[in-house]
Amino acid sequence: MKKLVQDFEVLQRKELNDEHFVLDVKALEPLPEIRPGQFVNVLVKDSNTTFLRRPLSIHFVDYEHNTISLYIKKIGDGTKKLGNLKEGDSLNIVYPLGNQYSIPNNANTLLVGGGCGVAPLLYLAKHLKEAGNNVTTLLGVRSEKDAVELDAYKEYGNILVTTEDGSFGEKGYPTQHSVLEKEKFDYVFTCGPEPMMKAVAAYSVQKNIPCEVSLENTMACGFGACLCCITETTEGNKCTCTEGPVFNINDLKW
Amino acid sequence: MVNLGVKLKDLSLKNPVMTASGTFGFGEEFEDFIDLSNLGGILVKGTTRHHREGNPYPRMAETPSGMLNAVGLQNKGVENFCKEIYPRIKHYDTNILVNVSGSVIEDYVETAAMINELEYIPAIELNISCPNVKEGGMAFGTSCTSAASVVKAVREVYNKHLMVKLSPNVTDITEIAKAVEAEGADSVSLINTLLGMAIDAETRKPLLSTVTGGLSGPAVKPVALRMVWQVFNAVNIPIVGLGGIMNAKDAIEFILAGATAIQIGTANFIDPQVTEKVVVGIEDYMKRHNVQDINDLIGTLQIQ
Ligand SMILES: Cc1cc2nc3c(=O)[nH]c(=O)nc-3n(C[C@H](O)[C@H](O)[C@H](O)COP(=O)(O)OP(=O)(O)OC[C@H]3O[C@@H](n4cnc5c(N)ncnc54)[C@H](O)[C@@H]3O)c2cc1C
Ligand SMILES: Cc1cc2nc3c(=O)[nH]c(=O)nc-3n(C[C@H](O)[C@H](O)[C@H](O)COP(=O)(O)O)c2cc1C
Ligand code: FES
Repeated sequence: MKKLVQDFEVLQRKELNDEHFVLDVKALEPLPEIRPGQFVNVLVKDSNTTFLRRPLSIHFVDYEHNTISLYIKKIGDGTKKLGNLKEGDSLNIVYPLGNQYSIPNNANTLLVGGGCGVAPLLYLAKHLKEAGNNVTTLLGVRSEKDAVELDAYKEYGNILVTTEDGSFGEKGYPTQHSVLEKEKFDYVFTCGPEPMMKAVAAYSVQKNIPCEVSLENTMACGFGACLCCITETTEGNKCTCTEGPVFNINDLKW
Repeated sequence: MVNLGVKLKDLSLKNPVMTASGTFGFGEEFEDFIDLSNLGGILVKGTTRHHREGNPYPRMAETPSGMLNAVGLQNKGVENFCKEIYPRIKHYDTNILVNVSGSVIEDYVETAAMINELEYIPAIELNISCPNVKEGGMAFGTSCTSAASVVKAVREVYNKHLMVKLSPNVTDITEIAKAVEAEGADSVSLINTLLGMAIDAETRKPLLSTVTGGLSGPAVKPVALRMVWQVFNAVNIPIVGLGGIMNAKDAIEFILAGATAIQIGTANFIDPQVTEKVVVGIEDYMKRHNVQDINDLIGTLQIQ
């Protein structure tokens, strides 16, 4: 899959809540094939505190309109600056980067996301559904106002939510949701804060279900040139940006 | 047509633009972005005698106008390079230089001797910024005697172009440059990364697993320029300048300070096409300034 550096045009920025927004950007040339789990590396212009590019998962791809959606959490200077982009602005992107989630067929799949880790799950849900899988997406958020884009997930299957304050869905963390005991899943995919992913991994190991996680190691290049992003695996250090960001938990030293 | 070709002694480059070791993979990582044959040369990853896993994560911290890294020379060793990598990249229509590192002199010597046998590798760059385990972990490149001893030993087994990469973490870089010139270095490249560190005040922890790491990017450029200028005035062998070059203007500044060629490192992460753009930009500069030959610019800094 050839990697590209291109200028995209910002179509719109949708504020989801105080912290999260979705940025829809349009490619000026036809989009290449993009797989679920892959990411882009975006340039934040005019800032010396954000010298390196910012890696962001591909939240959704709309081939009909030639757009990519990014789901972004404002945490520092870079993501805040991206949150000021407006329609017509340009955004320089290196993509498509990284490997991809596995897509089983006709399986009962569970997607668990928390924080900005929900980003890659929507596009994954679409691909899973298209391959004939039953899809359940379980999102862990702090409270009701953070439970966003639920309708989008509903297009591809079942959507469940846990809130830490109990204001919506079940109260608690995603790994405490009752569905995990009620239903039998064949495949688990997760992305989010490391403690959450580790809890999901522990659940999968206990139930003997294959589980893939997407890591968010800090990166400098995003395409295998610097070896800054390594993660320890059973086969030694692996490059998170090229051999990941998606890893099977059996390969990680968790 | 302006002439962009330069020579590092017997090593001809079609233009002065090379890539910096550790920032350009084996070149393959950039094939999607640029045509490698448009470059004067590429420096592949730091190679050691034996396989190295490098340092634990986190190995990178962003800093204002730069970054710190503590990759720690992760590589599969010189035998793997010769058997697996070299056959894949030897056809590149550019100079391929291997950056050679070690922690004892014997490792440098054995690695250099193996690379000496590779037909399409016209030069090595000796990275003497590594800690010398036999001398208590102080970098080879920070004392004249140990820098001289490693260059002398490698010179005996390596008969192609020997470039020596200097560490900026020294009191007087010209002393080291003169010492390696005296032992037969064909050229010097500078600078390697500057030792630095970064702290997360919230967690009260260092941002790198190794606490300290190497600073690169535009933050180091003024230091690098100063050192190129000092070394230019101290030695007779050609100089390859690097440290924070982001564009053609930066590259020209290094050439004016005395560099015959330049390397681009960290900038490749931000714009994987930057090297080609710098070649074009240098040509534009020459046209604007009516310079026919790039060699007429080297070291022509005008000081009243
Ligand atoms: C493959 C990949 C995919 C990602 N996908 C998304 C996504 O879809 N949406 C999204 O919002 N974010 C995503 N991230 C994380 C995102 O890249 C960072 O949040 C962003 O780079 C922060 O930039 P900043 O300038 O806003 O914050 P900074 O000022 O750089 O950082 C603010 C604070 O966060 C910490 N921090 C920054 N980045 C990371 C990190 N990667 N891991 C741990 N701590 C970090 C810093 O140390 C600092 O304390 C992804 C990261 C990776 C590697
Ligand atoms: C991630 C990274 C890895 C590096 N690895 C090496 C290496 O293996 N050998 C070496 O001599 N220099 C290494 N360097 C130093 C660079 O080659 C260069 O000297 C330095 O980064 C300054 O140039 P720049 O500011 O253009 O990056 C590395 C630098 C970075 C950022
Ligand atoms: S971020 Fe550079 S190799 Fe992964």
